[in-house]
Amino acid sequence: MGLVLLLIIWLITFASTYFFVAKTWWLPAGASSSAAAIDHHFTVTYILMGIVFVAAQMFLGYFAWKYRDRASAPKARYSHGNNTLEIVWTVLTAILFIGLNLMSSSIWAAERFRPAGPGALQVEVTGMQFAWYFRYAGPDGKFGATKPELIDPSAGGEAAIGLDPADAASKDDVVTGTMYVPVNREVEVILRAHDVIHSFFVPAMRFKQDAVPGLAIRMHFTPTVAGDYEIACAELCGLGHYKMHGMLKVVSAEEFEKWLAAREAEKQ
Amino acid sequence: MATRDFAAHESHAHAAPQGFIRKWVFSFDHKVIGLQYYFLALTAVFVGMFLSLLMRIHLIWPTVALPLVGEIRPETYLSLLTMHGTIMVFFVLTTAPQGGFGNYFLPIQIGAADMAFPVLNMLSFWVTLLGYIVILAAFFVPGGAPLHGWTGYPPLSALPSAGPGEGLGADLWAISIGLFCIGALMSALNFITTTLDMRAKGMTMMRMPLTCWAWFVTAILGLLAFGVLLSAAILLLLDRNAGTSFYVPLVVVNGQLAAHKGGSPLLWQHLFWFFGHPEVYIAILPAMGLCSQLVSVFSRKPIFGYKAMVYAILSIGLLGFMVWGHHMFMSGMSPYTAFAFSIMTMAIGVPSAIKTFNWLGTLWGGRIRLSSPMLFAIGFVSLFVSGGISGPFLAQPTLDIPLHDTAFVTGHFHLIMGVASIFGIFAATYYWFPKMFGRMMSEGLARWHFWFTFVGTYCIFMPMHYAGMAGQPRRYSQFTELHYLEHLIPLNKFITFAAFVTISAQFLFLFNLFWSMKFGKKASDNPWEATTLEWTTATPPPHDNFGGRTPVVYNGPYEYSVPGAPRDYVMQTDPTVIAAH
Repeated sequence: MGLVLLLIIWLITFASTYFFVAKTWWLPAGASSSAAAIDHHFTVTYILMGIVFVAAQMFLGYFAWKYRDRASAPKARYSHGNNTLEIVWTVLTAILFIGLNLMSSSIWAAERFRPAGPGALQVEVTGMQFAWYFRYAGPDGKFGATKPELIDPSAGGEAAIGLDPADAASKDDVVTGTMYVPVNREVEVILRAHDVIHSFFVPAMRFKQDAVPGLAIRMHFTPTVAGDYEIACAELCGLGHYKMHGMLKVVSAEEFEKWLAAREAEKQ
Repeated sequence: MATRDFAAHESHAHAAPQGFIRKWVFSFDHKVIGLQYYFLALTAVFVGMFLSLLMRIHLIWPTVALPLVGEIRPETYLSLLTMHGTIMVFFVLTTAPQGGFGNYFLPIQIGAADMAFPVLNMLSFWVTLLGYIVILAAFFVPGGAPLHGWTGYPPLSALPSAGPGEGLGADLWAISIGLFCIGALMSALNFITTTLDMRAKGMTMMRMPLTCWAWFVTAILGLLAFGVLLSAAILLLLDRNAGTSFYVPLVVVNGQLAAHKGGSPLLWQHLFWFFGHPEVYIAILPAMGLCSQLVSVFSRKPIFGYKAMVYAILSIGLLGFMVWGHHMFMSGMSPYTAFAFSIMTMAIGVPSAIKTFNWLGTLWGGRIRLSSPMLFAIGFVSLFVSGGISGPFLAQPTLDIPLHDTAFVTGHFHLIMGVASIFGIFAATYYWFPKMFGRMMSEGLARWHFWFTFVGTYCIFMPMHYAGMAGQPRRYSQFTELHYLEHLIPLNKFITFAAFVTISAQFLFLFNLFWSMKFGKKASDNPWEATTLEWTTATPPPHDNFGGRTPVVYNGPYEYSVPGAPRDYVMQTDPTVIAAH
C-alpha cells in the first residue's frame, strides 16, 4: 500500500504541475504597462513555489513507501529532532518568503503609491447593481456635480449616476456604458459605487480595485495594446453579479478624440 | 507551570448521571458534549456538502429542474453559496475539531476528570446548536436565505432592499453568527482554564501532546477573535434594524435613497477579517496538532522537533492576528498598510513550513504503519503543502491584483482550510473511534474512503487554481456572460463530475461510522499502541475518565522505539526513566 500511496501522491503532483507548466490555462494576455512586471513576478513565484511543492510531495510519497512497516524493516530511528536542521530550514524559508515579497514591492508601489501623472485621462467609473457607467469630464476638464437624490438607475446614462444638470460643469460631461480609452496614455480611474461594493476587474489590464460606496478611489493604468477587453465585477454585489460586465475599448488617440467629440455633439 | 495533584482536580468532578436526559441530552460530561458537538458537525457537513453539490449542478446545468429543489435561480445559487460557507466554516470546521474532539480528548490527554467548567461546557454546546437551528431557519423564511456570501460585506448585507434573502434571512444569519460566537467564547474560556489548571501531576506544558497545544492555542485565538466578530454582528444587526449607520454610507439602492449616512463599509471588513483570519487557524490548528500526533504514533518515532512544533503553533497563533489585511488588498484600504500585512503574511508561512519539514522529518527513518488514521494524516500533509503553496501568491499584493476574488482563492482556501481540516477530522475519527465507541471501524471501507476522497478533492480544487489564473471570478452563478470565461466551462464540468464522485464516497464513511458502532470488531484499550493518557484508560472511558485513578505522568508524549525499552512505545505514565529528551 505504501507503493500505491507513493504513486498516487506523485501522480497528483505531476498532473497538477503539468497543467501549470503547459500553461493550458493561464493569465489572459496582458495589455497594460504593468502586465509584464506582474506576470514576470508571477512566474518567478510560480517557479520557486513549484520547486517547493514538487520536492515536498515527492519526499512525502517516497518516505511513505521507503519507511513502510514490513517484516524486514529496521527499527524506527529514535531521534527527537535536530536543532541545526530546524534553524537551517527556518532561515531558508524566511529568506525565500520575505525575499519574494520584497522583490514584488516595487511593482505594488508603482501601481498604488504613485498617483497618476499630469497628462492622464480621467475616467470616473461608477458601479451599481448591475452595470458599470463611465464618465468623461469633457472639454472643461471638470466633472459636474452628482446628487444621490437624482440617481435613477432605470433611466440609465446620466440619470443613473445622478448627474446634476443645474451644475455648469456637468453640461459637457459624457456618460457612457462602454469605456473608451486611447492606447499608450495613462488612464486615471476614479472609482465609485452607489449601492453596494463592486470590484472593477479588467483581467487583460492586470487591474482590479473595489468600488466602495462613500469612497472615490483613484487608480491608474496604461493600456499598451489596442483592442476590446472585457470588464468583470469581482466583488459579490447581488443576484446579477455574474452578469455585471462591461467593455473596455482601447483605440488610437485619434479614434478616441473622434469618439469623444461625437458623444459631445450628441449631447448638444 | 504548576501541576495539580489529585485533590485539586477532584473538586471539579461530578457524580455520574443516571437518567437518559441528564446523561445524553443535558450532560455535563465533556465526553458526551464532545460527541454532541461531533454529531452536530456531522449533520452540518452533510448539509453543507449537499448545498455545494447543488451549486456545482447549477454551474453546469443552469436550467435543470431538480426533484424537490426545482430550478436553481442565480439568486438561489448565491444563497446556497452563503449557507454552504457559513455552515462549513462555523458549524463544521470550528465545531468538530475543537468542540468535538477537543472536548472529548483534551481532559483525558492531560489527565483531568472533566473540563474546568462542566456547566459552561454544556451551555456552549446548546448555544451553538441554537445558532445552527437559526441558520437553517433562514432557508424557510420569506425571501429565503441571504445571498451576501459567508463574508457578509455591507452594504449588501445591511440593506434588506439590496437583494432577495437580505430581509429576515440576513437577520437570522447575523443572529446565528452572534450565537455561535457566544458559544465559542464560553468554550474557549473552558479550554484555556482546563489546560492551564487541570493537568495531572507530571503533565508539564512541555509534556503535553501536540494535540493539546493545538487545542489550547486555538482556544486563545477563539477568545480573541470571536469577541470581535460578535461585536461586528451586533453592529450589523443594529444597522439593519435600529437605523444606525456603522457600515452604511449614503447609498441609493434600486433608485431609493437608503436611510443611512456616514458609515464605513470597510469597518465591517476590518472587524470581520480580524476574526476571519485567525478563524483559518482555528479550523486548521487542531488538525495540525492531530497530524503531528498521528505521524509520530504510526511512524513509531518521536515527533521530529517537539519544541519547534510548539513554538511554530505559538507563532502561527500570534502572527495570525496581524495578517487580516491581506484579505483587503483590493478593498480601498491604504496601499501602504498592504505592504505591512503582506510581510506578516509571508512571515506566517515560515512556521507553517517548519511544521511540514518536521512531519517529513518524523516520517524519515520511521517504521510507518499505513493504517487508515495515518493515511488521512499523510493526506493532510499533502493537502497542507498544496493548499499552502498558493498562499505566497495571494500574500503578495502585486499578485493579488489578478488573483483576488477569483477561483484561485476558492481553490486555495478549500484545499487548506477546508479539505485539509476535514482530513484532520477524518483522521481523528478513525483514530479515536475505538476509544469513543469501543469498537474498530472497518479498515477496508476506510481505505476506499481515503483513496476516493484524496484523489477526488484534488480533482475538485486543483482545477480551480487554473480557472482563477485565467480570471474566473468567484461567486459567479454562470460563466456565459463573459466571453473570456467560455473556454473554462469544460474545466468546470470536470470539477462538477469530480464533486459527484467525491461526495458519493462520503457515504462510505457515514456507513462505516454507524455500522462499526454496532458491528465493528471489539477494540482493546490501546489498539494503536500509542503512549498518551487516553490509551491508559478503559474503552470507552468511564464517567470520570480514569475510574477513580489519577494518572501521574513521567514521560513526554512521543516516546516510540526507545532503545532498550521492552516494547516500541513507552506510555506517558510509565515510570521507567528515559535518558534522552
